[in-house]
Amino acid sequence: MNADVRGLDTSPHVSDEVRKTTCYMCACRCGINVHIRKDENGVDKVRYIEGNRDHPINKGVLCAKGSAGIMQHYSPARLRKPMLRVGERGKGEFKEIEWDEAMELATKWLGDVRAKDPKKLAYFTGRDQSQCLNGFWAQQYGTQNFASHGGFCSVNMAAGGIYTFGGAFWEFGAPDWDKTELFMLFGVAEDHDSNPIKLGLAKLKERGVKVIGVNPVRTGYNAIADEWVGITPGTDGLFILSLVHELFKMGKIDVDYLIRYTNAPWLVIDDEDAPNHGLIARLPDDRRLVLDRNTGKVVPFDTKGVKPALKGFAKTPEGQNAVPVFELMARKYLDDKYEPENVAERTGVPAEQIRRIARELAEAAFEKEITIDQEWIDLKGEKHSKMIGRPVAIHAMRGISAHSNGFQTCRALHMLQIILGSIDCPGGYRFKPPYPKPMKAQPQPHGGSIPNMPLAGPVLGLPRGPKDLLLEKDGTAKRIDKAYSWDAPLAVHGMMHMVISNAFNKDPYGIDVLFMYMANMAWNSSMNTSGTMKMLSAKDDDGEYVIPKIIYSDAYNSEMVSYADLVLPDTTYLERHDVVSLLGRPISEPDAIADAVRWPVVDSATQLDGEGKKRDVRGFQSVVIDLGGRLKLPGFVNEDGTPKFKDYADYITNHERTHEVGPLSGFRGKKGNKTGRGAPNPDQIQRYIENGGFFIHHIPLKAQYFKHANRHWHDWAIEKGIQDHVTENIFRLYLEPLRKFQLCAEGKLEPTPPESHPQRIKDCFNPLPDWYEPFEGAGIDPKEYPYNALTQRPAAMYHSWGSQNAWLRQIHGSNPMYVPGKICKEAGLEDGDWAWVSSHHGKIKVQIKRMEAVNANTMWTWNAIGKRSGAWNLSPDAPEAKKGFLLNHLIHELLPPKSDGMRWSNSDPITGQAAWFDLRVKIEKAEPGDEVTQPQFEPQKSGIEKTVTNVEYGKEWTK
Amino acid sequence: MTTLPSSTDKKLGLVIDLDTCVGCHACVVNCKEWNTGGYGEPLGDKDAYGAEPVGAWLNRIHTFEVQPDNAPASIVHFPKSCLHCEDAPCVTVCPTGASYKRSEDGIVLVDEDKCMGCGLCAWACPYGAREMDPVANVMKKCTLCVDRIYNENLPEEDRIPACVRTCPAKARHFGDLGDPGSDVSKLVAERGGFDLMPEMGTRPVNQYLPPRKKTRPDTVVAQHENQKVKAQGFLGWLDNALEQLG
Repeated sequence: MNADVRGLDTSPHVSDEVRKTTCYMCACRCGINVHIRKDENGVDKVRYIEGNRDHPINKGVLCAKGSAGIMQHYSPARLRKPMLRVGERGKGEFKEIEWDEAMELATKWLGDVRAKDPKKLAYFTGRDQSQCLNGFWAQQYGTQNFASHGGFCSVNMAAGGIYTFGGAFWEFGAPDWDKTELFMLFGVAEDHDSNPIKLGLAKLKERGVKVIGVNPVRTGYNAIADEWVGITPGTDGLFILSLVHELFKMGKIDVDYLIRYTNAPWLVIDDEDAPNHGLIARLPDDRRLVLDRNTGKVVPFDTKGVKPALKGFAKTPEGQNAVPVFELMARKYLDDKYEPENVAERTGVPAEQIRRIARELAEAAFEKEITIDQEWIDLKGEKHSKMIGRPVAIHAMRGISAHSNGFQTCRALHMLQIILGSIDCPGGYRFKPPYPKPMKAQPQPHGGSIPNMPLAGPVLGLPRGPKDLLLEKDGTAKRIDKAYSWDAPLAVHGMMHMVISNAFNKDPYGIDVLFMYMANMAWNSSMNTSGTMKMLSAKDDDGEYVIPKIIYSDAYNSEMVSYADLVLPDTTYLERHDVVSLLGRPISEPDAIADAVRWPVVDSATQLDGEGKKRDVRGFQSVVIDLGGRLKLPGFVNEDGTPKFKDYADYITNHERTHEVGPLSGFRGKKGNKTGRGAPNPDQIQRYIENGGFFIHHIPLKAQYFKHANRHWHDWAIEKGIQDHVTENIFRLYLEPLRKFQLCAEGKLEPTPPESHPQRIKDCFNPLPDWYEPFEGAGIDPKEYPYNALTQRPAAMYHSWGSQNAWLRQIHGSNPMYVPGKICKEAGLEDGDWAWVSSHHGKIKVQIKRMEAVNANTMWTWNAIGKRSGAWNLSPDAPEAKKGFLLNHLIHELLPPKSDGMRWSNSDPITGQAAWFDLRVKIEKAEPGDEVTQPQFEPQKSGIEKTVTNVEYGKEWTK
Repeated sequence: MTTLPSSTDKKLGLVIDLDTCVGCHACVVNCKEWNTGGYGEPLGDKDAYGAEPVGAWLNRIHTFEVQPDNAPASIVHFPKSCLHCEDAPCVTVCPTGASYKRSEDGIVLVDEDKCMGCGLCAWACPYGAREMDPVANVMKKCTLCVDRIYNENLPEEDRIPACVRTCPAKARHFGDLGDPGSDVSKLVAERGGFDLMPEMGTRPVNQYLPPRKKTRPDTVVAQHENQKVKAQGFLGWLDNALEQLG
């Protein structure tokens, strides 16, 4: 049947060619089929984008953002050529220059800094996915001032996971969707594993598995959850510890699992005045000690045939008292303060609900035990006849992470998973390769800054304790963001949200060049947006900018572009090479390694801008590699000083991080038949393209579970180049590095923190997962600011990017403040009213929308919808600018001053994670007047004459 | 005035699961990108980057808040597109014969060459499922991807509507609702699928599956406190637990 009675052709031509690449409309990295069809001039155009059915991430589906890729690719906000600032910073006045001039200028600026004091370059990249290259580049350049956006995103989740059990969520682990019997979801942002979570929820719905959503707001995933826990922001840790309390009381704890895989039996020194009080008891050869419950003797934990005790007193060989970690846990978590009745008011979760959920967790874990008849051998050499699963799966993200108590909360969550025995077992949480990678398998952080010299090792890493802090001799921070200082000792992703503020205050020092990529710091990616805009354009007494030079790369005319001195225009995601690498943030599945490429499915030279003019843009990573060659950075030049790599594609193919291990794991070796380890293959990218843009290689079943302790996994991982040797991965219920920082604070261990810090370290660095009041709430008068305020990202928008997208902005063109009925009543507000919302720091005017499916004391809005007028080449009166707003104006990068005037960073004291969600506010009805959000800013000039009014996409094919 | 076929060979349509739809808009946007370069005029966007952007969409998601007396408020996401009614008032009201229902499969379409943009059909539709294209001024509606489902240029597995193929939550199903043995008919029977606004007498082909019952926070389960723990205290329980490990 090809035509109906009306002559309708039901089998029309679709496209000339399908090119398979990787989506970049958010950070999820789905496989896409890009249908290419020529226009009337014979130029390749994008006809349609759909999900790639073979791809491990999305299995054929595609979200709203991915489906709107056409509008992103043809956005009139795309930059056209390199630009040099001609007006004042922030105005958006530029002249276009040629790439030669731009590269010479950048090389000069960067070269001068490198020859003098490399740390005066702060190189921070935002939402990009090439941290692996950028980190390597920063190391070779010789500046410790590098990080990506993790510090203001979800570092607590990553650090809490890796320090505790050598894994994390999203790229590094996933629920066992096919086997789990109970699923709990805590505070998940939509762009983190977006399609996999939706696909997973669909599987659970099909199997009738219960989904419990823990979130102050009942939208999206929480709307379809079988049960909703409308928790008060910042109290997730308390709720979790109450669940733990109930499980202890019920005796629903997998003690066999704890003894085998965790440090629960390890002895902790109990000798209050001793300098090692609270450290793990060990022999001089570092072997950790346990109490053998059969012999009553203290022996190394890995002694053959030992039956470790979980309670009781022991004497160490030095004669000190010691108790097992588990006994400390029992003492702590059985305390009445975690009784459901005692946390109900603070968490907003009824006691009976906490108690019932604890029972449901226990029932799923222990009464619905599942087994896979698969033999496996553990790292001690013990043979297991089957794989036993405790089918409780948990997933969490920024909602629990972006608080000043987030690290401890994330640790508490993992402790809950671990006591149920549900890490990397059938039906539980599963590691995704190359993970697990415990602390021991990760590098330590490096600093230095010696003229014209690289750093001795990677910039970012995991400190083992106080010795790994990056401190100057006087105890001040080596890094501009003060990561790895006493302010944030385990700031493993850096603290991008502090860079501009610290550089402006020259604390710990001023910088010469700020070099950023895809980070909208002059808008939605900064706390205290108005203040940040001022700092970026502030001048010294001599009339020079306080931050002397700013280089910025972006594909679009974002708010940050207007603050740059030199703008390097990036390509769209359909015009570039990229790698989704096992060395960075991979797309593996629990039972397979997987990685992927992006490649130019259309040539940027043929893709005209909104005014029909030619664009001259370059992929940022190719530009960085070019700069590396020009600056003659080790790793980027040959011995004769000539550039080592032509561009990013060349780097992806030929860079070797270690011998025969490179960015891509598939089709290695001269013949392209090696996986993981193998010589570079010049045809590698082409082989990926032919394979659908990705590569996947499955793990044998015997190695698929218990990877932390599975001999087969370690053998396989070593063979594939994922790890070099077997790495012990005992889950750290008790995190000794935190105790070491406490010992420093107690004056028992060197180095000593400055006078301002000891109390906070003693209070917050509990080596067992803990909960304390979020800092902002503790620092203000709760009667004055009685409510919580949050943002969340909509499913159909990703950061600011979506705003210039003609289709997505019709879905989210402005954002109201959603206010629960209780607050409306207290503040005398009606649906549609305008109101002033204030914090200790700022005041915004917004339109409100009454909503009931939200925690009664919490208002919320969509993230990053509001825009600066004129940015993203939207008309200055666009709803994004006039009706949209940012909550960021209320959030300061510093906490309210203490009585002594000291102002702490508004961050987690352990990791430096930006505490966005600690925000406390009040709300008052606004006087009648213009219905425009406040604050407003002078419109940003676009530099491109606007010509696009109506869009009729696809007209050339439909007529 | 256009007549409806007395019966159709098939009743192709969608089954939309309100228990599973997370309101992500994937179906909405994927529909737009497929259809803007496909059937008839593009789906235009007026003032696309300006103060009042307005575009034509064939599928939209409406969000409702439900406030039961004895349970916390909840949100229902409600995707809505043409329901390809058996008694489609949009067809019979059309003065030019542009609106028609196919006798082969029951799909309701607009023959854009005959459409004069009078908008009567949109007034007649009780669901508000038709939209006037703001740029081309022709009436737009869901075609059930009639240019996909029979399209021999697409792999067979892709011959389904774009919204169904793309739905990440698998909340959308496509098939013949006239065949009681089809997967979609069975799903409707199992899950109590319902007509949208049956009182309008339009006999919609598309069906909705209702949200499942949620657990209320105050639901209490039978107390079966672990007696062992109670009697022996936690450390006593621990002794037993370790003993069982051997």
